[in-house]
Amino acid sequence: MSLSNDTIQSKLTEKFGDVLTHWEEPYGLLTFTAPKEFNLKVLNFLYDDEELGFRFLTDLTGVHYPDRKGEELCVVYHLHNLISNVRVRMKVYTNIEQPDIYTATGLFSGANWMERETYDFYGVNFLGHPNLKRVLNVDEMDYFPMRKEFPLEDQTRIDKDDEMFGR
Amino acid sequence: MARPVRFNIKEKDTSNWGINMVEAPEGFTGEGFFSTSLDRVVGLARSKSLWPLPFATSCCGIEFMATMGSHYDLARFGSERVGFSPRQCDLLMVMGTIAKKMGPVVKQVYLQMAEPRWVMAVGACASSGGIFDTYSVLQGIDQVVPVDVYVPGCPPRPEAILDGFMKIQDLVHHESLRRRNGEKYKALLESYGIQ
Repeated sequence: MSLSNDTIQSKLTEKFGDVLTHWEEPYGLLTFTAPKEFNLKVLNFLYDDEELGFRFLTDLTGVHYPDRKGEELCVVYHLHNLISNVRVRMKVYTNIEQPDIYTATGLFSGANWMERETYDFYGVNFLGHPNLKRVLNVDEMDYFPMRKEFPLEDQTRIDKDDEMFGR
Repeated sequence: MARPVRFNIKEKDTSNWGINMVEAPEGFTGEGFFSTSLDRVVGLARSKSLWPLPFATSCCGIEFMATMGSHYDLARFGSERVGFSPRQCDLLMVMGTIAKKMGPVVKQVYLQMAEPRWVMAVGACASSGGIFDTYSVLQGIDQVVPVDVYVPGCPPRPEAILDGFMKIQDLVHHESLRRRNGEKYKALLESYGIQ
């Protein structure tokens, strides 16, 4: 009795209705978008429901879409049902001016460092996180390096002549 | 077939082997005595017994391990003893990419070394950040500690590391004993926020 994507989708739609959007299955991985106020509700439902049982957070990361006005930052959750070996992906979008998202640390302890990393690189502010500070970069860093308005190259470098690199 | 015995019976002509014997320092020789200045003797002794401290973080460190091995044998240059405590070492060899988060560690290691101390940046990353021109990588360790010799290469061959090491020996050999007390040296350290 394996868990099919259709079952997951119908159970979620039954519970949350039209709130969940953008259903797709790239390479068979069920993907959907939730409003940011609903992220914990959906995660809790996926965790608690007997049949769904998504009790492992594989990954939590961010994406920056500079062209999407009002929903520039995206937080992606990858969940895994270890019994049926089924995965789902949930995306939550937020604007970049006030990137507040509820933390998933209450549900998954493993979200702690992943959320710190997402904060470190994208500046997503996880509300309720117990220790939201930089985890990989130097503490003195005053920007979020994976946001696309920041060039990848180190800006403190002065010995590189742009002419030589065709820029 | 008989084993050739040329090595035993003929005197070898070593003039073109490129072997350099250490010359005695300049001085005044007489019968039964030799006098020279102290810093020449000290320089000679120091340069032939440098204790390197390897700070190896990536592929250049692997090349250094080859340099330490029997084939290239850094011990020939008087560096038999690789120390792993900065307090005992004379030469900090930074080999590999130094992330910005590692920068304070390199500086701390440098501070723990006793004077006189020398620093060698091995490889493109330690010298300039190399290909890692990015937000997380220190663009050359000379941003945190003063560097005496840079060894280019990505990674440099053991011969290049040896060449850099010999450059260091040259610096050590000819360094004035007064240099470390001089104003210029103090200003150099000051520019790195040391002391």
